[in-house]
Amino acid sequence: MAPTIDIEARFLDYVTAENKVEAKDWMPEGYRKTLVRQISQHAHSEIVGMLPEANWITRAPSLRSKLILLAKVQDEAGHGLYLYSAAETLGTSRDEMIADLHSGKAKYSSIFNYPTLSWADMGAIGWLVDGAAIQNQVMLCRASYGPYSRAMVRICKEESFHQRQGYEIMLHLAKGSQEQKDMAQDALNRWWWPSLMMFGPSDDNSPNSAQSMAWRIKRKSNDELRQEFVDKTVPQAKFLGLSIPDADLRWNEALGQHDFGSIDWNEFFAVVAGNGPCNSERIEARRKAHAEGAWVREAASAYAAKQSGRRSHDSTTKPQAA
Amino acid sequence: MKWDTCDPSEQYLLHLGDDALVLGHRLSEWCGHGPILEEDIALSNLALDLVGLARQYYQLAAKRIGAGTTEDQLAYWRGERDFKNHVLVEQPNGDFADTMARQFLFDAFHLLQLEAIEQSNDAELAAIARKALKETTYHAQHSAEWIVRMGDGTDESHRRISSALLRIWPFTGEFFLPAEVDRLAAARGLGPDVQSLREPWLELVREVIAKAQLSLPVMPQKLLRGKSGIHSESLGFLLAEMQSLPRAYPDAQW
Amino acid sequence: MSAPDQWPLWEVFVRSRNGLSHKHFGSLHAPDADMALKNARDVYTRRSEGTSIWVVQSSNIVASAPDAKEVLFTPSDDKVYRHPTFYQIPDEVGHM
Repeated sequence: MAPTIDIEARFLDYVTAENKVEAKDWMPEGYRKTLVRQISQHAHSEIVGMLPEANWITRAPSLRSKLILLAKVQDEAGHGLYLYSAAETLGTSRDEMIADLHSGKAKYSSIFNYPTLSWADMGAIGWLVDGAAIQNQVMLCRASYGPYSRAMVRICKEESFHQRQGYEIMLHLAKGSQEQKDMAQDALNRWWWPSLMMFGPSDDNSPNSAQSMAWRIKRKSNDELRQEFVDKTVPQAKFLGLSIPDADLRWNEALGQHDFGSIDWNEFFAVVAGNGPCNSERIEARRKAHAEGAWVREAASAYAAKQSGRRSHDSTTKPQAA
Repeated sequence: MKWDTCDPSEQYLLHLGDDALVLGHRLSEWCGHGPILEEDIALSNLALDLVGLARQYYQLAAKRIGAGTTEDQLAYWRGERDFKNHVLVEQPNGDFADTMARQFLFDAFHLLQLEAIEQSNDAELAAIARKALKETTYHAQHSAEWIVRMGDGTDESHRRISSALLRIWPFTGEFFLPAEVDRLAAARGLGPDVQSLREPWLELVREVIAKAQLSLPVMPQKLLRGKSGIHSESLGFLLAEMQSLPRAYPDAQW
Repeated sequence: MSAPDQWPLWEVFVRSRNGLSHKHFGSLHAPDADMALKNARDVYTRRSEGTSIWVVQSSNIVASAPDAKEVLFTPSDDKVYRHPTFYQIPDEVGHM
């Protein structure tokens, strides 16, 4: 009898009983790997996700909307940072994760490989993309890995304004001139299906899902989350007076939920494989920022090294923390 | 709308607001492209503070101009020649050294300017300055920290910050060259005589430059009249981008 | 292994208001203590969450080993007499 089976079974019992796992606790290698992959992928999505929205900061149509958008994109940087930190507790450095992103080894949410073409896209992203993300993140606040669930709690608290600001932009447009209404409808048309794809492949095509659920990393399947999102979003679109680009969308009285058309998974897998409209631009922008920042990071490290060398020469007492 | 008929207090508010908006706009261009995540967040904070400050000046100016004027009209419907910011703040970001050199030299000036405006006999203006002083003190610390780290970091960082300072330095003369808007503000006790800020500014700058193992650039100042609406070629592009939506859809509300 | 230019990791503790103790908020990378404090301010107090910040370089934290959990912490489980509910005080005595 292999003793590892025993300890893995005990681990499973432990998380099934809703106990939290902390950084230095024993965990199965698969659990650690799954978490590093998922958390870093999530962090990369936050960081790459800054780019399509940052694209409009300099063109926000009012000072108020400029501040809101900037604060929102800045929050995404913060969320990426919280998530990288959570993944680092598992023994993988941020540099390693970033190297994997830049080499194309690590993935990020495929939604950010679509271009932002009008101001209405800022509304649609906040409303739909953040809406879909929140659906997922609320579930992850209860993930069995402590550092991950704590990061998610902070993120959810901060993100509550993101979806609302997006919907507010859509409201202004939907109430505005015909051109603005058209802009809003066009954005919904372009972002609707990619938003549904954000939940990932359907359950029968999602091999890792069951294991993640057993480990209490996730709690709901991709299809469940997607269904909840559709049911929540349909009335919101109706309130805006916009139509969802799906001829098969209708209320199913018997099931108490919406039926909706089938997702074009070929598109999804093509974008994941790197062939979306903006994959190369997004990664190139991240690589460039990182490469051009190298001398800045090195300068600060060199200065810190010199300073600690200088400090070891004098023995001044430091103020006590209180 | 004719903005040049504004009275001196309104002109002064626009001048102060334009500095904050244009520099805030430039800093916001860094969002998503910073040298490291932590600094990306810090740069966005600077931008948020500055655009927020611009709004306060514009709101006060709009209230005084009256006739339903709004902060957004002031930001989005004035043309290049109506903007009264220093030419320094509209300079393109360049690399991180260029951005920080521009920020550091402006922060030191901005601190002294706000300290003086805090004593303004315009109580509403003084209140804005009092609040802005806190965040500007932080900005000045942040940019000074970076000047020191770049100057006393690696050979490459020393070289980059030295040449950035050389590039930006000739734009700083405009801080202390009184334009019409400064003269009227000083005459009415709204703001300082800008010439009087030169020595204390040099002192602030010199201290950090020395700590950074850099030398103070010795070079002639450019002849600049941004405060009178004569700008560098960069501002037109900045405004064209910033103002594009409201101008493409003049009747739209956002 | 981490690349040589990676800044060290710092743990951030924030006092949300006076009267409360500092609480662990998360971590970040910074080249030195001064920058760690500034970064912590920018990253963790964007919504006025703090009145005071501590930063500690993560490598300076000494932690108990998870394997030692039983040895360190179970012995106190049977010392029930440390808890007020262990004692029966007649109701007539009132709140104690």
